[in-house]
Amino acid sequence: MTILRTTAQITEILDQLARRIKGAYAEPPRLIGLHTGGAWIAHQLASRLNWAEPAYLDVSLYRDDFSTSGLKRSGDTQGMPPALDGDHVLLVDDVLFTGRTIRAAINVLFDYGRPGQIDLAVVFDRGGRELPISPTFVGEELGDLGAKRCKLTGPAPLTLVDPET
Amino acid sequence: MPGPAELQLNRDGNLRHLLTTEGLSRELITSLLDTADGFRSAQGQPVKKVPLLRGKTVVNLFFENSTRTRTTFDIAAHRLSADVVTLDIRTSSASKGETLFDTLKNLEAMQADLFVVRHSAGGAPFFIADRVTPHIAVVNAGDGTHAHPTQALLDLMTIRQHKGDPNNLSVAIVGDLRHSRVARSLIHGLRAMQCPDIRAIAPGTLLPNDLADLGVRTFHRIEEGLSGVDVIVLLRLQKERMIAGLLPSEREFFKLYGMTEDRLRLAKSDAIVMHPGPINRGVEIANEVADGPQAVILNQVTNGIAVRMAVMAMTISTQQADALCRL
Repeated sequence: MTILRTTAQITEILDQLARRIKGAYAEPPRLIGLHTGGAWIAHQLASRLNWAEPAYLDVSLYRDDFSTSGLKRSGDTQGMPPALDGDHVLLVDDVLFTGRTIRAAINVLFDYGRPGQIDLAVVFDRGGRELPISPTFVGEELGDLGAKRCKLTGPAPLTLVDPET
Repeated sequence: MPGPAELQLNRDGNLRHLLTTEGLSRELITSLLDTADGFRSAQGQPVKKVPLLRGKTVVNLFFENSTRTRTTFDIAAHRLSADVVTLDIRTSSASKGETLFDTLKNLEAMQADLFVVRHSAGGAPFFIADRVTPHIAVVNAGDGTHAHPTQALLDLMTIRQHKGDPNNLSVAIVGDLRHSRVARSLIHGLRAMQCPDIRAIAPGTLLPNDLADLGVRTFHRIEEGLSGVDVIVLLRLQKERMIAGLLPSEREFFKLYGMTEDRLRLAKSDAIVMHPGPINRGVEIANEVADGPQAVILNQVTNGIAVRMAVMAMTISTQQADALCRL
């Protein structure tokens, strides 16, 4: 297991990300972290921004790889409101790659109603998109490093590793 | 015919059919219940349907009548976005003389992915699981007096939700255990979950002979059996038992074994009362208990949908993984 980004590096990236998010919103949006890594990040961002505790979303029931990968539950959905109609949502994930997880997450959100706007914040972008999905806020574009299997370990300390080496 | 464990688990120990709780491991049951908990929380969404089994076909094969169980299997499959076909076999081909095997082959030809089987003959779902084309999952929805594994799992889910891990609980099962597939499946499930104290309370005529082998303590007097228990599971008294001469009357049963408020006080003060339904008020249970704060009977119904969703998702998931391996 190779460490790609240390805890100290991730702390700095999160500080910067939080500052940029803060500057972008007059009113705090509804923060929703995707299990598992995105939930840790959403929690950290909320405490840096002094926002309310985020909601946490499990998207495993909406994934498109059930027929090849089976059921892989990642955590329980918590703190979601009864409806999202008209809400401004900021989705949070740790590592963005193909975009398929975000597609699943957007579908879940639409089962809660018709959100007014959905933004996306990710800590790391590996590139390699298979769907037309573009994040609103990116902590770091990983460039060539994105070819490795990047995985965030946590919740504390947070480290980005390549589990295959 | 292979044993239940070989039939319902694949080589990696994953669930490919659910036929019985007998022989399931604590780990497997825990993983099923965790999955069911997740489905239960998804039921809080405004749109309760998730796209997990989109494009899959679930066929309900009910050789024996059951509105309630069939409805919960229907809802579970619909909420997973599967297509559902329900065949009431009593009124269809069986009455025209088609054999079970031929009915099965016809349904396979309709490209089903999962059969939910209810049959009055014990072992029928095993027969089907043993002969079905690989890639079709079979779920037992009750066979004769043999097994009713999804009911046992929803009971375990309800127990875990209200009282925590069964491995330090006392559970009493009251009523006709002898003819009850619910009781049999629950006992196997509780044993797998390492429940240290399982009690059976009934007159001798309604107790099966093998309870001691299953580590179950038997009581003929309800007052003794209920002392200090955490969970009380009442069973439905079937009227045909009276006809068979095993019981004098419903009134007599209520007098000796009915769950009244006075009797409930003998259990722990926070004990829960469960019943697989439909309940017979004034036979197994007094109104005050059925409508009281310790009854969790309707919660069992809600959990029944989540458990059946989990079983369908897990068995189809295993079947798909096995099918990919065969390619």
